[in-house]
Amino acid sequence: MSVVSVRDLRVYYGTPHGPVRAVDGVSLEIQEGETLGLVGESGCGKSTLGRGILGLLPEGAAADGEVVYGGRNLVTLAPRELRELRGPDLGLIFQEPMTRLNPLLRIDDHFAETLKRHEPGIGDAEARRRSLDVLGKMGIPPTRFRQYPHEFSGGMRQRIMIALALVLRPKLLIADEPTTALDVIVEAQILGILADLKAGFGTALLLITHNLGIIAESCDRVAVMYAGKLVEEGPARDVFAEPAHPYTRELLESTISLATTALHSIPGAPPNLLEPPSGCRFHPRCPDAMRVCVEREPVELRLDGDRRVECWLHGPEDQVSDEGRRELVREEIAIADEA
Amino acid sequence: MAAVGAAARSSRRGFGSRLRKLWSPIAETQGLARVMLVAGAVITFFFVVLALFGRWIAPYGFSQYQAGGHRFPQLAPPSGAHLMGTTVESDDVLSRIVWGAQTELKVVVLALVFSLMLGVPLGLLSGYFGGVWDRGLVLVMDAFFAFPPLLLAIVIAFLLGSTVSSSVVTAAIAITVVYVPQYFRVVRNHVISLREETYVEAARALGARPFRIIHKYVFFNVVQNVPVIATLNAADAILLLAALGFLGYGVQPTEAAEWGYDVQRALSDATTGIWWTGLFPGLAIVILVTGITLLGEGLNETINPVLRKRRVVKVVFPGKGTGRVE
Amino acid sequence: MQTRPEAPPAEAPAPLVSIHGLKTYYTIRGSYVDRLVGREAGLVKAVDDVSLDLRKGEVLGLVGESGSGKTTLGRTLLGLVSATAGSVVFEGHDITKLRERELRKLRRRMQIVFQDPHASLNPAMTIGESVGDPLRIQGITRSRADIRSRVAEVLERVGLAPAEQFMEKYPGDLSGGQKQRAVIARALILAPVLLVADEPVSMLDMSVRAKILELLLDLKRDFDLTYLYITHDLATAKFFCDRIAIMYLGRIVEIGPSHEIYENPKHPYTQALLRAIPEPDPRRSVPRDLPRGEVPDAARPPLGCSFHPRCPRAFAVCGWEARDLRELLEARWAQAGEERYEAERALVGDLAVLETSATLVRIPGGRGHDAGELLTMLESVRAEDPEEPFWRGVRRLEAGHDHVEIEFHESRAPRPLPLGEVEVECHLYDPDVAAT
Repeated sequence: MSVVSVRDLRVYYGTPHGPVRAVDGVSLEIQEGETLGLVGESGCGKSTLGRGILGLLPEGAAADGEVVYGGRNLVTLAPRELRELRGPDLGLIFQEPMTRLNPLLRIDDHFAETLKRHEPGIGDAEARRRSLDVLGKMGIPPTRFRQYPHEFSGGMRQRIMIALALVLRPKLLIADEPTTALDVIVEAQILGILADLKAGFGTALLLITHNLGIIAESCDRVAVMYAGKLVEEGPARDVFAEPAHPYTRELLESTISLATTALHSIPGAPPNLLEPPSGCRFHPRCPDAMRVCVEREPVELRLDGDRRVECWLHGPEDQVSDEGRRELVREEIAIADEA
Repeated sequence: MAAVGAAARSSRRGFGSRLRKLWSPIAETQGLARVMLVAGAVITFFFVVLALFGRWIAPYGFSQYQAGGHRFPQLAPPSGAHLMGTTVESDDVLSRIVWGAQTELKVVVLALVFSLMLGVPLGLLSGYFGGVWDRGLVLVMDAFFAFPPLLLAIVIAFLLGSTVSSSVVTAAIAITVVYVPQYFRVVRNHVISLREETYVEAARALGARPFRIIHKYVFFNVVQNVPVIATLNAADAILLLAALGFLGYGVQPTEAAEWGYDVQRALSDATTGIWWTGLFPGLAIVILVTGITLLGEGLNETINPVLRKRRVVKVVFPGKGTGRVE
Repeated sequence: MQTRPEAPPAEAPAPLVSIHGLKTYYTIRGSYVDRLVGREAGLVKAVDDVSLDLRKGEVLGLVGESGSGKTTLGRTLLGLVSATAGSVVFEGHDITKLRERELRKLRRRMQIVFQDPHASLNPAMTIGESVGDPLRIQGITRSRADIRSRVAEVLERVGLAPAEQFMEKYPGDLSGGQKQRAVIARALILAPVLLVADEPVSMLDMSVRAKILELLLDLKRDFDLTYLYITHDLATAKFFCDRIAIMYLGRIVEIGPSHEIYENPKHPYTQALLRAIPEPDPRRSVPRDLPRGEVPDAARPPLGCSFHPRCPRAFAVCGWEARDLRELLEARWAQAGEERYEAERALVGDLAVLETSATLVRIPGGRGHDAGELLTMLESVRAEDPEEPFWRGVRRLEAGHDHVEIEFHESRAPRPLPLGEVEVECHLYDPDVAAT
């Protein structure tokens, strides 16, 4: 059962020079209780996608397509109704916890406010019980329930924010780089908490990050974004073991881990989203680029094992001519054009 | 030779690109900010023209009460000969308005220059070095700031009146004293926050001396705020000058025409139903102050990145209907 | 493709930098009243008695999380922050004793690359001006033409070619990686011998990190540089560094050659750090056996060994104190559920007595409750998890007539111990301390 079904979502930002195509036709499904990792580098549109699903876009941005939740399309929903859904149904966690926590309110007031806003009938005792319960699961002791946000460390504030999002028992939680600003041990602790969400709350999680290690350890499925498009998607285990898209492969090789013995990088830089490259957006940097990759945008393909990829390397066979299959000859990318 | 040429060209190019950097946010304004900016600029420009070309625009001198042997009529209503009428001393009101514009702007620009020359460096030094001198300066500036501005200006004008010969300069100094604390404070606060920036620390790591850091690394980043403050201050300064003139402590009538003084003189006329001697100077003050304020607020909306609203273009999705715009 | 950097020759001559007993303490400004009265509200021991040598031609990694003091150590080394005590000897000069004027001259020889490429360049200066400024600042040359040619040369060297194109640009026009290259260029134009790199790639994308690290390795080889590489990322440190020093709350807890640290980590904190690093290997799942809690407040560090509250292998002398009991109780109550929490909380008269570093505490019993009940509760906590390291630190637990008295073992501060090629600061390896 899918909680959220995104179909051909486009999010463009309007600028005097033309629209910036931050998310350009992305489709994906998030199943109940599943953790989907959305990975990509800066500027790929993953944050925009996360916010686009919730309708939290800044002024000047426009969305098109479908985000189906509970039988309704969130893209065309009236703002007021969408607001009602945020919180009890759809939660969001940011990178910097202080953006969500009011420095003037004690923690218990934060929870009371959130609960009373979305569940008006709830009594004080019940609110307190639920708050302490979810805080306890995050490792925040009840003795600190009456403290102010600044009395907590960064890691604890992030846990409080997660608790605040979870206390309403949303069906879907979107976490946008939740651990990027935290130390590595705290990061692992919080990832453990998020991984347990399934067991404890049955919440589906969309984890947005640039760190492949996190995705590998805590996500069931992974979706890879590049320049506003979803280039590959599938079970984490399979995608990491045998990446289908060259970008995924290159990204994995570029990731420096304890096992790294040699440095690897991808030449060039992510494209300008005002005027993306023709055809496949990755072709200027792709080591396996073919002629057809410049001419036409690849179509989505379903592979075995519930995987999807958008790459001419995998076909469909009948749409690529022999001529198109020949290697693409490009001029070398100058270092100056690199990121 | 070629190297020098190249260097010179590069610096000119640098200047041009710097100008373009400044201009682009202005070109991108929209909505209310743009209206304010344009309206304010037009009004201000109009008065600036009056001030600069007063000699040729004003039909008569600022205290000229006769021409060609004939004395002008006293308190004559607006007519063909005197478009805005005449005063009790037979001065042409229109001419006094035009010459008054010159006075106002002369004094205010002078005051602005003095204030900037004092307030900005003091703010820079005080903010960067901190310490005992900083505390002392802040105390002094806050003390001045706490004074009711008009009172302070009067006191200064009064004290200086005997020593300084030109009342224009006296008025300018009086206004300067009132506004220096503002510039000092704004610059100092900005410097204190910039002091902690990584690139300032980098300059220290390179071995730069404090004055170089202040000059190259802090000053240009601080100075962005100043035009806005300066413009809004200018509006306020005009009012202050007019108030001084009204009370008799401003520019003396023997030296130049001044709107505030004219308004004061027009008080007695009002009781007898003579409106032109008071209305026109009053209107001039209001319009000029409004114009400068609009310019300042428009600039603020433009330059201040927090308030700035870039021109938003409606997005059209290719191939399908327009989506919802947030 | 770059492979591992070459290690420096085994027989090292005199070190390039010799740090001895370095302490950098910050005083905290307290409340307004404190400031008025002149009372110090506290001390943050950002760097707490650190000694190490930096050998010429090596890459020494300084690894730690937030609050470890690694950044402060780097800054103190360069004289950007004043040391409170100790010495930093660089090329015969003690940095900590030099006045700013003398230090400025030395700055030519040691430079720094910062973490945030977006904040390291003056937004009001072009790249050409920024990179050329060190030459003017140090008075090396005044001639515009000379500066321009040197800037062009170094820009090309860091990969920003064609140099003319980049010289006129402002930082805002460059990408993160390009900015970082410009920062490196600016640091190199003076031809320093020592480069402190403070998290140089942590704010860059994965695919860009490798390029910048490659560049740094190239430059090190070509210009015979020595690096102090400050980072929280053990993965890049493993690749990049010859020796690694792990820091925790202002002290070096373990230092040794890279391969030793990674293959054979000795300090429990090092072991935890290594376990916690996310690996892009889906067969791994999130590690669960990590130390609990977080890096403590540097203004109030734990007694004895700073890591003891989180250490899975702590024992009697590691520095147990009243605060540890509070943490234990709080962790328990977080899991316990509201009723149990209320019941047990009522047995404790005053939790605030547990806020101190005392090794002997009297906890008053709750109002309307016998101190014996409190004792029983504590005993049952112990019974539920006797392996919890905390209990190894408790020497005595008794009930008085209206309070419970708890006494901890005397604490000892750990000292650096040589262990083969590695030096560790941990009681587990101290032969003088009986491991109970």
